[in-house]
Amino acid sequence: MDALDLARWQFGVTTVYHFLFVPLTIGLGIFVAGLQTAWHRTGKEHYLKLTKFFGKLFLINFAMGVVTGIVQEFQFGMNWSEYSTFVGDVFGAPLAMEALLAFFMESTFLGLWIFGWERLPKRVHLACIWAAAIGSNLSAYFILAANAWMKHPVGYEVVDGKARMTDLWAVLTNSTALAQVPHVIGAAFIVAGGFVLAVCGYWMIRTRAPMWRSAARAALVMTAIAGVVVAGTGDTSARLMYEQQPMKLAAAEGLEHDTASAPFSVAPGIEIPGVLSFLSTHDPKAVVQGTEDLQKRFEQQFGPGDYRPNQTVVFWSFRVMIGFGMATVGLSLLGLWLTRRRRPFPVPLSRALLLALPLPLVAVIAGWLLSEIGRQPWTVAGELLTASSVSPGVSLAEVATSLTIFTLLYGGLAVAEAVLLARHVRKGAEEPDPAPAPERLEPSLMY
Amino acid sequence: MIDLWFVIIAFLWTGYFVLEGFDFGVGMLGPLVSRDPAERRQSLETIGPVWDGNEVWLITAVGAMFAAFPAWYAGVFSTFYLPVVLVLVGLIVRGVGLEWRGKVADPRWCDLGIVAGSALPAFLWGAIFADLVFDGLPAALLGGAFTLAVCALHGAVFLALRTTGPVRRRARRAALAAGAVVIPVAVFALSGLGTFPALASMAALAAATALTWRRREGWAFAATAGAIVLASLAVFMELRRQPLPGLTLAEAASGAYTLTVLSWIGLITLPFVLVYQGWTYWVFRKRVQSAPVA
Repeated sequence: MDALDLARWQFGVTTVYHFLFVPLTIGLGIFVAGLQTAWHRTGKEHYLKLTKFFGKLFLINFAMGVVTGIVQEFQFGMNWSEYSTFVGDVFGAPLAMEALLAFFMESTFLGLWIFGWERLPKRVHLACIWAAAIGSNLSAYFILAANAWMKHPVGYEVVDGKARMTDLWAVLTNSTALAQVPHVIGAAFIVAGGFVLAVCGYWMIRTRAPMWRSAARAALVMTAIAGVVVAGTGDTSARLMYEQQPMKLAAAEGLEHDTASAPFSVAPGIEIPGVLSFLSTHDPKAVVQGTEDLQKRFEQQFGPGDYRPNQTVVFWSFRVMIGFGMATVGLSLLGLWLTRRRRPFPVPLSRALLLALPLPLVAVIAGWLLSEIGRQPWTVAGELLTASSVSPGVSLAEVATSLTIFTLLYGGLAVAEAVLLARHVRKGAEEPDPAPAPERLEPSLMY
Repeated sequence: MIDLWFVIIAFLWTGYFVLEGFDFGVGMLGPLVSRDPAERRQSLETIGPVWDGNEVWLITAVGAMFAAFPAWYAGVFSTFYLPVVLVLVGLIVRGVGLEWRGKVADPRWCDLGIVAGSALPAFLWGAIFADLVFDGLPAALLGGAFTLAVCALHGAVFLALRTTGPVRRRARRAALAAGAVVIPVAVFALSGLGTFPALASMAALAAATALTWRRREGWAFAATAGAIVLASLAVFMELRRQPLPGLTLAEAASGAYTLTVLSWIGLITLPFVLVYQGWTYWVFRKRVQSAPVA
């Protein structure tokens, strides 16, 4: 173990943890905004109850997304100063834009929404939740554009050992980003849909109140649509990976040698001929490069070194991502069919929806492991190695300290958040309002 | 272009210190100025709608440093590694405490997080910047004591301005006490800089204390805000010469292309941000009253 290993562990732990909350913020924000819009349009009381109920769950989760996100922005400078100095000219731009264009909007309008129930005109108040939710989604775009640049750097040149941006538009419209943004945001909507469905499932096992059914139907539709988007952009991403990150593709498939009509292995030993070539190029006969042959070519290009990522992790995370993601979407399609034309939710379906809660979360985490471990040994593909990115002046003891602090703190907060969410889910949406004075009700209730 | 970006970053940090300065102060002073749960809620409600937006000034300042002066950003945060870890821990427990407080069965843990998580960064930012300018532990401790005391004063004045009843009375007394601490600390901390803004900042802090005594809360708040702006200005004037030992701004800066496009983006979007954040303060301009729980 050296500082580099621990810095990588810290980045992995804090980023995976951050991304447990982010997809829920992205998807649930829009869902709550949709519920409030439904209330605004129809005036039906149960939409208001659902808005406040899911709004409260949204806020409990939002807090965690925000505070764990702050760590991310500092961490590049703290642990990865060589990386930051190399990429800041390009990579910093979307980060600064994210803060200016997305975070200000998200946090300011969310504050107005939380405290503005009685103080703002209804229409303005509704606009606030939309502005906050759109801010969350915008922030995802900017950070994913920055992330995509690490895997497929564009719009830059290297001058005096530093990347210099030459074309911001190229960075923001990177083909990798344009495929990744809808893929990740779609996945976030699947996570949020799965969460809403689990909550509704919990309540539909216990009561027949129609409002849970209406929320669950909306979530089923959301999850199914997001599933189509994620599958479609996943296909695009696979073809881009073939062109831009062949090593990741080969590792994800355990393909050692350049192969024509390459098969897709469902699990080790179970292979479907030609499918990998087809997924990569839409031509079942195409040649897909293998890890060992790529290794030889990379050695010639970049000098000696091991250019293969951890193949076990990459191979399995790919399968877990697809399997768990498809299971969630499949369940939502089944749910849509079973509850068509005003049919009630059968209890086994509600139970399955509740039990399926972890599936989409596991899928998105696996997706990130595939994406970022598959990028190794590079931080910026073909330009900067992870080993050369770490802060030279930061000691093993320092990284060990921060890793320990963050892990313990995050662990404690995860338990607290789970308990808090569970308690508010169990309270339900029918809870009578605790304080009588309407002027003062919302701040104390929501805060 | 390099100077423009240094000014923008100084502006963002200054905005962060002014805005989050008072919500750090309110967070720290909460238990001192409020005696029951209703008053506790009352005091926190003064910052409830705005603190998260205030914190984005930090995110933006740091993001702008990353984009415009990558080597400065990387150097500062890898040099001050452990203090920054503690700042982050403070911001985490504080943020979670503020958001969860109204939703937990027993808010004492959240209150602890809010107090510790406000005091810790309020101290550490001063320590980090003092160490950047003067280099050395005594300077860092003095700088930290200065920002901690100024945040307490700024927050107390803000509370007195934004509340009614007993909380307002106690906040005024807390402001006077903080003023009595701030002035001698400021004399030590700012005289080291000795420049005009540093001296003016000292005068503004004295004026703020006097204005609190005269019950001119609005003017007192303007004076504490002014004092923070001036102190921040004094610090960034020093940093302009040497942002980090062994580093100049020109060496740290991004290329002309990046700085130019970011300038356009910043100059177009910042006014909108200022308008809608200002509007938030306008919406919640009424003094917050204490409401008993039914």
